[in-house]
Amino acid sequence: MYALVALGYTLVYGIIELINFAHGEIVTFGAFVGLAVLAALAGTPLSAAATALPAAFLVSMAVTALLGVTLERFAYRPLRGADRLMALISALGASIFLMNAMMLAIGRDSKPFPAYLSEPVLQRGDLVVRQLDLFLIGLTILLCALLDLFVRRTRIGRAMRSVAQDQEAARMCGVSVNATVSITFVLGSAMGAAAGILNGLYYGVIRFDMGFLLGIKAFTAAVLGGIGNLRGAVVGGFVLGISESLIPAILAAPPFSVPEIFDYKDAVAFGILILVLMVKPSGILGEEVPEKA
Amino acid sequence: MNGPRAATWLLWAGPAFVLAWVLGFLLTPEVRGLAEPQDFAGLAGLAALAAIAWCAWRALDRRGLLTVFDEARHRAPAQFGLSVLLCAAVFPLILAQLGKYYWIHVGALSLIYVILAVGLNLVVGFAGLLVIGFAAFYGIGAYAAAIVTTEVGDLPHMIWLLIPAAAVLSAAFGVLLGVPTLRLRGDYLAIVTLGFGEITRIVFTNWDTLTRGPRGISGVGSFQIGGWNLMHPLDVGPLRLDGDTQYYYLILAAALLGVFLAHRLNHSRIGRAWVAMREDELAARSFGIDVARCKILAFAIGAAYAGVAGVFFGSLQGFVDPTSFSFLESVLILSMVVLGGMGSLSGSVVAAVLLVILPEKLQMLRDYRMLIFGLLMILLMIVRPQGLIPSRRRMLELGSRPG
Repeated sequence: MYALVALGYTLVYGIIELINFAHGEIVTFGAFVGLAVLAALAGTPLSAAATALPAAFLVSMAVTALLGVTLERFAYRPLRGADRLMALISALGASIFLMNAMMLAIGRDSKPFPAYLSEPVLQRGDLVVRQLDLFLIGLTILLCALLDLFVRRTRIGRAMRSVAQDQEAARMCGVSVNATVSITFVLGSAMGAAAGILNGLYYGVIRFDMGFLLGIKAFTAAVLGGIGNLRGAVVGGFVLGISESLIPAILAAPPFSVPEIFDYKDAVAFGILILVLMVKPSGILGEEVPEKA
Repeated sequence: MNGPRAATWLLWAGPAFVLAWVLGFLLTPEVRGLAEPQDFAGLAGLAALAAIAWCAWRALDRRGLLTVFDEARHRAPAQFGLSVLLCAAVFPLILAQLGKYYWIHVGALSLIYVILAVGLNLVVGFAGLLVIGFAAFYGIGAYAAAIVTTEVGDLPHMIWLLIPAAAVLSAAFGVLLGVPTLRLRGDYLAIVTLGFGEITRIVFTNWDTLTRGPRGISGVGSFQIGGWNLMHPLDVGPLRLDGDTQYYYLILAAALLGVFLAHRLNHSRIGRAWVAMREDELAARSFGIDVARCKILAFAIGAAYAGVAGVFFGSLQGFVDPTSFSFLESVLILSMVVLGGMGSLSGSVVAAVLLVILPEKLQMLRDYRMLIFGLLMILLMIVRPQGLIPSRRRMLELGSRPG
């Protein structure tokens, strides 16, 4: 799941070198649209998992993609070519704006997310694997693979890569930079929406400010894997997710025996981030990026 | 508006409509509970307010009132500074006469933010190091003051010693953060400092034995001179100065000193080295500037400012808890620096005061405050990226006409 959110970051960063701080809020928005669809379908013949879930995913991904493009158009495009810092601060502003807009629209409290696919497939002692867990991993891998194919094999994907390398040159070769960046935001936001719904299904509740922490962690994952590198983001997402649950567990058990570590679970992600950036700023799968003047 | 332009707007009206519709859908009873009608009244009022503000801004810009202001500042800097200082000094006395004591408290708070914004401006504006977790250093200073005065016991003059102590402590953390991040480029640095800020907040929240967790620490010691506690009301002739007023003057003195030091620093060898480093690290290096030393120095000095501000904050409020040092706080300080103009000290001062007082004035909008705040951040970046009072040196460097 971190992998999916990380994909959104890495896509946008890879193309226009902007940390989209509002991505976490886009994920939250996606989750709420998904919830709205599920709530609307509840009680109708379509409420079975086989029909309701695909509907929620499709609608949410489409609507959220729209939000992403709108955001890009109004908050980021006017600042393209300006100081990177300006765009970064605009992104922070967008994040605050969206988070508070959602708080006003939805309220401060957590909303329950309907449970789907909660039957266990495999049960052995404490170990329970739910359908949902398989679905989550499967969908993540599927979406990552599709995105990878899209970027590597299609014309638009090639345009995206060319814009990433050199906007001027891409423009000279007849690539519409604006359109390409918009498409990037469409893809990134759609991925974010899918991640948002999965997040809701997994934890059973969603909240207006859940995107913030999720966003930072996903960014960590993206950096971990080498930012701007799609496959790296996926690897980074899985590595972060696993280490975040394993490291506190290891430290809490003998020989370390510090049970308090669970309180600091969120700090682990940031600790990893700082360590990775110190040791290998380009990430696990990243290529060396020369410093731009 | 010409043809193609109108067409573009129409093109954007479509998606905007769909989004509005979806938001409306989210407002349906199943999801939200009840949509209150006054929310929409509030929104309409908001739009009107925004329109008025926009017109006022245009008028100011057209007539060049800001430019006139700016020229006055540069023609007679001493007189200008003096008059500003005079206003700042008289301000609480007038408010006290009017009985608006709460606003004196707000004034004192805004002076704390002046210290913070100036400190961050040294790091971000001069040295060009984007730090987003600045509230961490602020928190370290505040918690240091709180923990020492409550645990060790509130010895009469100890809190004065805590000012340099907190400065050194925060600076040490600044170096701790600065050293490993020397090699990082702009936005990586931003993220690492953000992570650092979050770790600090998590530690504040969870280290129960030291910080009392989310409940916070109350009873932070107050400043004393001789046997006099600054929190007690003081009668000077016919005037009665309450605790907040005395703190106001105390912090005003500290802020003045802070601005003065920053100003001197700006025109010192180090300040010039920072600017050179910000503009082109490679070129600066080849001119013999020790870039690593400069960066760490910027971190340390900026952090020290925040630490000192933290001590004042803790003592003024008498209470510290983790929520005062959240990510939002860091963003607020950063936006002060950006709003005022990067590398512009006077800009930071004006913006800090503005950004503390404005939200208070906007109390009536309650929940919409942060919404507008975010929106303003975006708009400002687009409309006036150089800030309210752009740094003169920076404008000259950028080759545009100075105001």
